[in-house]
Amino acid sequence: MDYTLLFIQTLNGVQLGLLLFLVASGLTLVFGILDFVNLAHGSIYMFGAFICASLTYYLGNFLWAVLVALPLTGLVGYFLERIVARHLYDKDHLDQVLATFGLILVLDTSAHLIWGPEGISVPLPAWLDGQVEIFAGAVIPTFRLLIIGTGLVVAGGLYWLVNFTRLGMLIRAGASNRTMVSALGIDISTLFALVFALGAMLAGLAGMLISPITEASIGMGGQIIITAFVVIIIGGIGSMKGAFVAAILIGLIDTLGRSFLDDIFQLFMSEAAAETSAPAVSAMMIYILMAIVLAFKPLGLFPPKVR
Amino acid sequence: MKTLSKTGWLTFAVMLALAILPPVFFLTGNAFYLDLATRLVILGIAAVGLNLILGYGGLVSFGHAAFIGLGAYAVGIPSYHATWGGFDMVASYNGLFHIALAVGISALFALVTGAISLRTKGVYFIMITMAFGQMAFFLFQSLNVYNGDDGLTIDVRSELPFINLDKPLHLYLLSYVSLVVAMIVVKTIVNSRFGMVIKGAKGNNERMITLGYNTYIYRLTAYVISGAMCGYAGFLLGNFTTFISPDMMHWTRSGELMFMIILGGVSTVLGPVLGSSTFILLEEVLSSLTIYWHLPFGLMLIILVLFIRGGLMGLLIRKGR
Repeated sequence: MDYTLLFIQTLNGVQLGLLLFLVASGLTLVFGILDFVNLAHGSIYMFGAFICASLTYYLGNFLWAVLVALPLTGLVGYFLERIVARHLYDKDHLDQVLATFGLILVLDTSAHLIWGPEGISVPLPAWLDGQVEIFAGAVIPTFRLLIIGTGLVVAGGLYWLVNFTRLGMLIRAGASNRTMVSALGIDISTLFALVFALGAMLAGLAGMLISPITEASIGMGGQIIITAFVVIIIGGIGSMKGAFVAAILIGLIDTLGRSFLDDIFQLFMSEAAAETSAPAVSAMMIYILMAIVLAFKPLGLFPPKVR
Repeated sequence: MKTLSKTGWLTFAVMLALAILPPVFFLTGNAFYLDLATRLVILGIAAVGLNLILGYGGLVSFGHAAFIGLGAYAVGIPSYHATWGGFDMVASYNGLFHIALAVGISALFALVTGAISLRTKGVYFIMITMAFGQMAFFLFQSLNVYNGDDGLTIDVRSELPFINLDKPLHLYLLSYVSLVVAMIVVKTIVNSRFGMVIKGAKGNNERMITLGYNTYIYRLTAYVISGAMCGYAGFLLGNFTTFISPDMMHWTRSGELMFMIILGGVSTVLGPVLGSSTFILLEEVLSSLTIYWHLPFGLMLIILVLFIRGGLMGLLIRKGR
C-alpha cells in the first residue's frame, strides 16, 4: 500500500469534508431553526464563487476579493430571506422543496445572464499557488492547506458562536422551540433573517474557496447541494456536531473510495471486474452510506433532542 | 345515467381533447404536435403513478425519475443486445418482454428502496428517496457497456402484436389508452378499502396503526404500484425518444415530475395530467422564446406555491362553483 498517497488523499478528503461542512452548516442552521428545506442553498454557494471571481479581477487579489465578497453574499442571503424564504416558513416541506427548486432556476439563470454561460477561472496570488512538501514525497498545494485551515477556523468559530454567545443561545433555543423563543420577547423575524444571512455567508465562503480549484460555473450549486443534504441527513437535521462529523466522514469516504476502491475490489475479484465496478460503487458510496445510516437510525446520527 | 360532477365534466373534456386533437393535428400534417402530445401523455402516466403516493399517500418521493429511467433501460438494454449480441438472457425485441421487464425491475427496485425509505418520514423520506434515485443515476452513468453518461440509442423499437411503435400514431394511441387505464386504476385503488387506509395514514399514521392497520405494508404496496407505473411510463418514453441516458434519472427530473403534480393539483385523478400537459406546453413555448426560459419558469413555480392552493384543479373547480 502506498502510504504517501494515502496521506495525501486523506488530506484531500478532509478538505472536501470541510468545504461540505461550510455548505451543510448553513443548511442545517436554517433547517433546524426555521424548519425550512432550502434547495437553493447551493445557488448561494455558486453566487459566492461568481462574486468572488469578478472581484478578484476587479481588485486584483483573491484574498481581498474574498473579504469583500463575504458580506455581499450575506446580503444576497438576507434579501432572499426577505423576498422569498420567509413566506415559505409556514408551508409544508413539499411546497418548500418546489418553491426553492424554482428559486434555483431563477438564480442559476440570473447568474447565466450576469456572467455568461462560460465558467470563470480564478487566479491565485503567487505565494498561494505553490506547493508544500510535508515530508519526503508528500507534496500538496499550499492553497489546499489554506482551505483546510480556514475550514477548521470557521468550524471552531461556529462552535464558539453557537455554544458561548447570546446569538448562539437564541439559535439553540429557536432550534428546540421557536414559539417559546418568540413568546419570551425575542424579535424572531430578525433572528431568522440573521441566521439565513449567516448560512448564506458560509455557503458563499465554500464557493469562494473552491473556485480557484474548479472555477466558478453555473451548475456547481446543483452538484454540491445534494451532497450537503446527504451530510445533514446523516448527521441529523439541526445538529451542528452531526453536520461536522458527517461532512468529514463523507469527504473521506468519497475521496478515498474514488482512489482506492478498485485496489480493494481487486483483492476478491478479477482486475477487469474491479475496474468496471469500482467507479460505479464509489460514485454511489455516499448514498449507500446514507441509506445504511437511515435504515438503522431513521433520524440520523445525532438527532435533535426535543422539538 | 348518473350525472357527472364538475370534476367529472372537466376530466371528460380534457381526455376527449387529448383523444381527438393530437391525431387530427398529425393527420393534417402537423406531426410536431403529436410528438408534443405523446411526451405529455407519457409523463402524465408517470405523474398519475407518483400522485398515488405523493398526493393520496402524503409520501413525497423525490426519486421517481429513477423508475422512468429503469423502464427506459428495460427497452434499451434488451434491444441493444439483440442487435449487437451478448447477454442472451435478455437480448430481445419482444415488446411484451420489455414491458414485463420494465414493470418487474421498477417494482423490485421500489420494493427494496421502499422497504428502507418507509422507515423514515418527513424530510428524511424526501431525501432518502432522492438518494436512491441518485444511486440509480450514478450506476447507469458508470456502465460503460451502455455508453455511460453519453446514453444509448435504441435502434429497434419494441415489437408488439397488432401495434407498430414505429408509427407515431400507434405509439400515441397506446400511450393515451395507457394513461386512461392508469387513471382508472388509481381512481379504483383510491376508492377501495386499501386506498382508504393509505389516505387515512396520510392524515394520521398513528391513528391508523392504533386502529390495527399495519400501515407500513399498505404504504410499501402503494409505493411498489407507483414505481411500477413509472417504470411502464419509462418503457413508453424509451420507445418514444429512442435515445436514453442516465440524465433521465437525475434528481432534477424527479423534481419536475413533482412539479407537474403540484401544478395540476395533488390528490386528484386529473390533476397530474393537467400538470404534465401545462408543464410540457409551457416548456415548449417559453424555450422557443428565449434561452433564459428557466427564469420565468422558476418565477412561476414560486408564485404557484405562494399564491395558488390546490394547483390548476383548485383554480378551475373553484372558479366554476
